[in-house]
Amino acid sequence: MKADLGVRESMLAAVPGLRAFAMSLCGKMDRADDLVQETLLRALTNIDSFEPGTNMSAWLFTILRNLFRSEYRKRRREVEDADGRLAESLKSPPDQQSHMEFEEFRVALAQLPPDQREALVLVGASGFSYEEAAQICGSAVGTIKSRVNRARTRLAELLAIEGASDLSPDSTTQAVLSGNDPA
Amino acid sequence: MRDRKPTAPAQPADQTTTKRGKTSASLGPEIQAKIGKQLRAYYAGLIEPPPERFVELLRKLDKPVGEGPSE
Repeated sequence: MKADLGVRESMLAAVPGLRAFAMSLCGKMDRADDLVQETLLRALTNIDSFEPGTNMSAWLFTILRNLFRSEYRKRRREVEDADGRLAESLKSPPDQQSHMEFEEFRVALAQLPPDQREALVLVGASGFSYEEAAQICGSAVGTIKSRVNRARTRLAELLAIEGASDLSPDSTTQAVLSGNDPA
Repeated sequence: MRDRKPTAPAQPADQTTTKRGKTSASLGPEIQAKIGKQLRAYYAGLIEPPPERFVELLRKLDKPVGEGPSE
């Protein structure tokens, strides 16, 4: 069997996103790369079952996601990964400020249940539609939507993003009403 | 004598459905936007060019599968 150049190129083009997705799921770059490698090997072995013209990226994400899930179930019995600390081996993003935000976000994301995390990442970052994400996760579209909603709500709590606190005129209003002039 | 009819199945399934809209709308659009932005920034920080070993691996696509490594 020989796959054409288009297939190889579209697989290769999907690799950066696959790694980022794997990293978001498992939190360790070396493990993420093992997952990607395993995914590509499976894909190569089963390339005949890929329908040309369909979404290569979604196909690869599905394989990776299923690999992660079965591995996760296996590992959970062996290793306790409950502290949610992810990615010690991560490369640091360029500047200090964004590194702090990156870290904060990474830690918060790691605290989400895996099903919510994968749904949020697929829809919010990997660029898949709810329908595609549902296909990748083998779930109903409504399930994905509710997982994404719950993930957002939980993240907002974890990151202490307060409802429109930047825009809220409450403090000013209260100060005026109570006659307290902010000196 | 029992007057209770089995017509009230005490399952507020409909209510749950009606309320769902409200629950999911509890995050304001600006909070959702903030989270979305942070998520994309996080994800972008993970995007790197594919390592050589994957490029190498995909070269195997050009070789017949099952023949094992040839030189």
